[in-house]
Amino acid sequence: MFDLTGKRALVTGASGGIGGAIATALHAQGAVVALSGTRQEALSAVAEKLADRTYVIPANLSDPESVEALAKSALEAMGGVDILINNAGITRDQLLMRMKDADWADVMRVNLESAFRLSRAMMRPMMKARYGRIISITSVVGVTGNAGQANYAASKAGMIGFSKSLAQEVASRGITVNCIAPGFITSPMTDALGEDQRTRLLGGIPAGRFGEGDDIASAAVYLSSAEAGYVTGQTLHVNGGMAMI
Amino acid sequence: MSDTAERVKKIVVEHLGVEEAKVTENASFIDDLGADSLDTVELVMAFEEEFGVEIPDDAAEKIQTVKDAIDFIDANS
Repeated sequence: MFDLTGKRALVTGASGGIGGAIATALHAQGAVVALSGTRQEALSAVAEKLADRTYVIPANLSDPESVEALAKSALEAMGGVDILINNAGITRDQLLMRMKDADWADVMRVNLESAFRLSRAMMRPMMKARYGRIISITSVVGVTGNAGQANYAASKAGMIGFSKSLAQEVASRGITVNCIAPGFITSPMTDALGEDQRTRLLGGIPAGRFGEGDDIASAAVYLSSAEAGYVTGQTLHVNGGMAMI
Repeated sequence: MSDTAERVKKIVVEHLGVEEAKVTENASFIDDLGADSLDTVELVMAFEEEFGVEIPDDAAEKIQTVKDAIDFIDANS
């Protein structure tokens, strides 16, 4: 089950916790992976661990030209892309009344517009191949909202609407388009929480723990597989039960 | 019938799975041959590959019949 031998995956934000876990998991199932991100060193560290079947393609997703170049490089390096993981994301948290234009625009450009550009660039090769998996990592707050994250939540909700629309356009061509919505995932940010905050947050998570990158990676492996070919336009919530939607 | 016309019709028959007799020069891909909008995009991709031409999006939108395709390819290859 879930064998990805010979499949070629492009993962954005692969230097981060979730992106690195996804790339590692896809690779473990046999996929060739292209790791993209802004931090060359962190990307190389992931690549070194994986050793073979790996390409490192740094890109700045806030720059449309860099995004187009990334798509082209990945297609050239691997001879095609079967699995696109739109994982890269940034936050610029701020109450709306204090939110700067740039806080809004930066988040939209990196989180939503890069997903649009990369997905568009993959349409032609995926349609020809009659196979494709586009998976966007959204967030529980894209569905529930979150004070201080109007920009981030809007970009994540945008990914869901985008994915549902694209899913309808290309379902007949063997291409599926889905989202994964993580809840609270262990990161330097959750590590920095005080004990009080930590206890309070965990109180809202029936599973009684924060999620790990591997929890998200397992969902990505499933949605990337041939076995998930009948699943499209969906958002898979991986959040320990903190929101049941 | 020109060589271009023959090759265009062959692609249309293969791609849309329609009878050859239906693929007349004035046949519209969508109205007469049952293509949907994604099929027309794929037909254009197939023409580009077969004839080694680049068909820009604005030109692709105007290719609605078999004859439109033949004329564009003859004029640009």
